[in-house]
Amino acid sequence: MNLDAVVVGGGLHGCSAALQLALRKLRCLVIEKDTVGRHASGVNAGGVRRLDRDPAEIPLSVAAMEMWWAIAELVGDDCGFRLSGQIKIAQNETELAVLEERARLVRSLGYEHEEPVGANELFRLVPALSRHCVGGLVAREDGFAQPYQTTKAFRDKAASLGVRFLEGTRVLGVERKAGDWIAETDRGRFAAPVLVNCAGGWGDAIAAATGDPVPFEVVAPMMMVSARLPPFLTPVVGAAGRKLSFKQMDNGTVVIGGGHFGGADAEAGTTSLDFRALAESARTVAELFPIMRGASIVRCWAGLEGFVADGLPVIGPGTGEPGIYHAFGFSTHGFQLGPAVGRIVADLVTRGESDLPIEPFRIDRFAKPPSAVPHPSAGSG
Amino acid sequence: MTARHELAVIGAGPAGLAAAATAAELGLKVALFDDQPAPGGQIYRGVERTPLADPAVLGDDYRRGADLAEAFRASGAAYHPSCGVWLLTPERELGLLDNGQARFVTAGRVIIAGGAMERPVPFPGWTLPGVMTAGAGQILLKSAGMVPGKGVVLAGTGPLLLLLAAQYLRAGVQIAALLDMTPPSNALRALPHLPAALSAFGTLAKGLALKREIHRAGVRVVKGVTSLRALGEARLEAVAYEAGGREQRLDSELLLVHFGVIPESNTTRSLGIRHLWDSRQLCWRPVADAWGNTGAEGFAVAGDGAGIGGALAAEYAGRLAALEAARALGRIDAAERDRSAAPVRAALAKERRVRPFLDVLFQPAPELISQLADDTVVCRCEEVTAGQIREAVGQGCTGPNQLKSFTRCGMGPCQGRQCGTTVSQLIGHTLGRPVEEIGAYRIRPPLKPIGLTQLAALDGEGEAAA
Repeated sequence: MNLDAVVVGGGLHGCSAALQLALRKLRCLVIEKDTVGRHASGVNAGGVRRLDRDPAEIPLSVAAMEMWWAIAELVGDDCGFRLSGQIKIAQNETELAVLEERARLVRSLGYEHEEPVGANELFRLVPALSRHCVGGLVAREDGFAQPYQTTKAFRDKAASLGVRFLEGTRVLGVERKAGDWIAETDRGRFAAPVLVNCAGGWGDAIAAATGDPVPFEVVAPMMMVSARLPPFLTPVVGAAGRKLSFKQMDNGTVVIGGGHFGGADAEAGTTSLDFRALAESARTVAELFPIMRGASIVRCWAGLEGFVADGLPVIGPGTGEPGIYHAFGFSTHGFQLGPAVGRIVADLVTRGESDLPIEPFRIDRFAKPPSAVPHPSAGSG
Repeated sequence: MTARHELAVIGAGPAGLAAAATAAELGLKVALFDDQPAPGGQIYRGVERTPLADPAVLGDDYRRGADLAEAFRASGAAYHPSCGVWLLTPERELGLLDNGQARFVTAGRVIIAGGAMERPVPFPGWTLPGVMTAGAGQILLKSAGMVPGKGVVLAGTGPLLLLLAAQYLRAGVQIAALLDMTPPSNALRALPHLPAALSAFGTLAKGLALKREIHRAGVRVVKGVTSLRALGEARLEAVAYEAGGREQRLDSELLLVHFGVIPESNTTRSLGIRHLWDSRQLCWRPVADAWGNTGAEGFAVAGDGAGIGGALAAEYAGRLAALEAARALGRIDAAERDRSAAPVRAALAKERRVRPFLDVLFQPAPELISQLADDTVVCRCEEVTAGQIREAVGQGCTGPNQLKSFTRCGMGPCQGRQCGTTVSQLIGHTLGRPVEEIGAYRIRPPLKPIGLTQLAALDGEGEAAA
């Protein structure tokens, strides 16, 4: 089979890139070592959030949001998307001042989606919240979606346009020969002029093998889910001074995350949980949501995710041989960006450029002195 | 500082009681953790003080349980009742819920004696109020001395069904019918295993005595029952079934079903221990050596949780695991272990000789899974039907873990205990592949739900990494 592009990694970004390439009539193969959506894409907290992103990510996040609002038109499935809003709460005046400063910064960049609110509006939006909270920062048209459903919808749409998916197939190495990229796998070799690295927590290996090492680690953000409760919460709630991501799903279960990390073993593809950290997470929830004090936790899990040293993803071409493009290392907040990143990759492949500003995500940014510091809010999906 | 025990034993059934007592007698510092308030496990539940006026109702075997509990009490092993285990880590840390309070302990070795659970078998109407497992009915009988009202229908297959019927009769309960769903062809298939089983003549004689007792009491026993259905709007009103080629119907408010028991494997699975599909017992069981040692360093399994063998076999396996623990912890050498183990091993071998016969004789009909109606709920927690599972398989879902992502099947509070075995079999049947290849759910902690405030009250002490 003649291929135009090989995509490594069947997560949301790989499926999205393949879908966008297929929409541009390119023949694509996606190679996935496990099953589509097996790791971070399928098990993350599902936050669809522009709120409180690193300024460098805001243009991409805003573009992605436009796509989320009409996600069914793109993939033929609503992806479980709910326009629930997202709120970051302040427990005291100091935290509130930080959030208000943040809102001013976002406005100065020309964006309107982050809005500071006082206590009255906060409790109207989140009636179950403990009354010691004083205000918050709201993005009313943010939301959440079902991660696995979303990834599968992108995969199915891409497959319907002719993209081939090869699951259970591990890429052992890549090299460029006679104008083609060759992906060597445990099920044979696949060649195409274009190679797209969407390998998530394993993306650094391909980057390093092609001459673009990135300071990178694999992390395992932990989550827990409660037994079903009567409906009490609409928006997704985060907190300025605490590690928290808190949402109630349609079925009544409450999903609690927020960036407490467990143990990660990328080679084995496994994670382990740190219950001391989860106990801290439980204390945060019990303090902020008194209604949760009677809830029980039925399941805890962690997913493997690539974290780049500055907390920002790598998006863009490699610096060496032509025809390789990277989109990995989303550092625990890549889910919302998925629809837009696929478009960026396809634009880079077909036009050599993107309409969106991707300069901050260059793979060689660490070759120069660091230009950004880790963003403190990383970790709410 | 996290408490550290030389040996932790999980479960106070025959395997756990025997293991803890044996190990304590050999000088090990033993702590036994059990989620029930009193020793006995399921089979000897309430054995120290049964509220029934006449304990003879429960039969002679029950007294063996009383002796076990007495020996355990006298052994010096520390006993932690009402203390469930919700987390096990490869480093042998145990997350406990001790009388409602979460805490951690660590142990040099762990013997998991988690026992068995009733095999969950979905059928139309099985989620209606008024439909219970026979074991749940027995728990009511043993712990509360409560007996169901008039007209109980018993249905299914397996020795426990006969035992329960006999116990109900002795307690004066009226049994409207016993619907025997044992496939008639099982008897012929079991025949080759009969000679070996005859050495355990006592076990077989007890089974025949139960049958005679039920027959003498005039209970209506219907053989060759298939297509069991529980009917009713808000609760059970009638039981429908096929027998002798005819559709039958019985009005009833209580249906007790039983399809044998299977190992409770979530606990062992949570440690990543390899499990085999036992094609005779139709269940998963952990891979372990003759001492119960598993692939997880320092973890042994004993009793029905390692494969169904019954109460006596569990007791013997508990003793063997304790001897091995004493050797591993330096209390005795291998020679002494082997000397002490020899008579126990002989008794265990004798006890196990009857199993192949019983396993085949009472094997549930394969049609219970393969012919599951599409609209029958398989996962009770998330209300996922057999049809939805087949549809997911049609869309490319190849295993139980992917099925979670497709349908949420197995993601409710029971952690897949109720649907896991069915799901592995159903996917295997739909794809025409062996269950062994299909695999089972990955088990996520907590093993049992834990209150948010209980988790929040865990202090930072101890190593709490899973």
